[in-house]
Amino acid sequence: MIELEVRDLTVAFGPERQRVRAVEDVSFAIARGACFGLVGESGCGKSTVLRVIAGLNRDYGGTVSLRGTPVPPRRDKAYYKRVQMVFQDPYGSLHPGKTVYSQIMGPMLVHKLAGAEQRVDRALEAVGLGTAFRFRYPHQLSGGQRQRVAIARALALEPEVLLLDEPTSALDVSVQAEILNLLADLREREGLTYLLVSHDLAVIAHLCEELAVMDRGRIVEALTRDQLVRGETKVDSTRRLLEASEELGEDRLPPEAPR
Amino acid sequence: MSEPRLLQLQDLRVSFHSRDGVVDAVRGVSFSLGREKLGIVGESGSGKSMTGRALMRLLPSTATMHAKTMRFGEIDLLAASERQMCQVRGRHIAMIMQDPKYSLNPVVTVGKQITETYRRHRRTGGRAARDYAIEMLDAVKIRDPARVFHQYPHEISGGMGQRVMIAMMLAAEPSLLIADEPTSALDVTVRFEILQLLDELIQSRHLGVLFISHDLNLVRRYCDRVLIMYAGQVVEEIEADRLNEATHPYTRGLLDSMPRIHRPRHRLPVLQRDPAWREPLTADER
Repeated sequence: MIELEVRDLTVAFGPERQRVRAVEDVSFAIARGACFGLVGESGCGKSTVLRVIAGLNRDYGGTVSLRGTPVPPRRDKAYYKRVQMVFQDPYGSLHPGKTVYSQIMGPMLVHKLAGAEQRVDRALEAVGLGTAFRFRYPHQLSGGQRQRVAIARALALEPEVLLLDEPTSALDVSVQAEILNLLADLREREGLTYLLVSHDLAVIAHLCEELAVMDRGRIVEALTRDQLVRGETKVDSTRRLLEASEELGEDRLPPEAPR
Repeated sequence: MSEPRLLQLQDLRVSFHSRDGVVDAVRGVSFSLGREKLGIVGESGSGKSMTGRALMRLLPSTATMHAKTMRFGEIDLLAASERQMCQVRGRHIAMIMQDPKYSLNPVVTVGKQITETYRRHRRTGGRAARDYAIEMLDAVKIRDPARVFHQYPHEISGGMGQRVMIAMMLAAEPSLLIADEPTSALDVTVRFEILQLLDELIQSRHLGVLFISHDLNLVRRYCDRVLIMYAGQVVEEIEADRLNEATHPYTRGLLDSMPRIHRPRHRLPVLQRDPAWREPLTADER
């Protein structure tokens, strides 16, 4: 069953004469409970696709459907109850002057949900922080803890889809591992569907079963994780990304590290 | 190595005093550096950037710093006056920062920023400085350097910005380069190009480099030697191409926690921090 589908998505920016097509004819579908990766260099349009789905960019051509029903460009509140986003930079996406509790409470109040307090506590437990963190401010948290709060804020609404925009690229590798594990656990436990955008092929390959490579606004290749691991790619953009990650230290078919 | 060491550092300590007490950011770091590429890796808060800044004596005013020795060639960096340090910074030791978006002046053209460094240290006329800046932009492989010379930082991309930063740093012909996360703000593919460029320039200009990064993969490929820092101390020193044979549990934990394309795992092992890693190292362990 298809959870989220994007069909013939086109986005252009700029005034009439010098319009730049940032996204052209992008289509993909994500099955319920799957994790789909969108990868590419910066400026390839991957974040624009995510922003359209999140409803942050209303000026687009094509359709976005949730469980088979197309949604209007101006999303209603019910949409955000089902689709939530986690941003790249946990330093920028949390309000510096609000406690963890009131940040997560925000969406509860918007949606007038019953049992809001319990939801906040449950979300904090789910991301491994616990209720002791309720009254802390962002500056009292580490980068990894902040990202957990951002995830908790998205989870508290009990959404169906999480849009993840480079969720670990601002974090250290050791913290990245914790957050990637957390995301994998949550997906399993809560049956969530993920759309993950990243420039890091290794992160995408770790979390996603399927991925699409974007270049200059278009999807140039769609691959399964196994195809990627075996290096079965037909286009240069994917090869470039693979080479870049190998060039930067990942050895092809490495032997088990000596103990 | 017969060549004299460029930089000698012994028992560097940096601490911050605040209302809540004393925080020791760097706790006894020693190393010496020749004309080679030395990497410092560690997580945020491990003290790697503070070490780099201490060498330039560019610590925040709340920090206090001690060291047994801190020498750059003939210059004693501990005893140098602020005036002498101004000669050292930029002229002898240059620093490349992480994000060109924040480290370039947004209201000054690219060309002007490069000529400023050059004229500050070389005392040449405007004309000669301009020609030299364009030459430098060409050296960092910017196409059409004469056009970029007149552009403002917001008009160029991140990768170009970092090239400009490199041009600016190398303009005064320093012999030591401190690169603090020079590619973290860049894309993977651009990152590689910048590293290649940096490498060529290091080779042709015969520079020593202190490469500060949190990215083990990058340091492993790029540097000759690596220091691994944890909680303000160097816990392990190893040749870069033997990083896989690292023995310290912290280094092993970091290496293990990275996702790999060619070795998929269901869960990533999470670093278990041992309080013993924080214990002060004894004199001969250092």
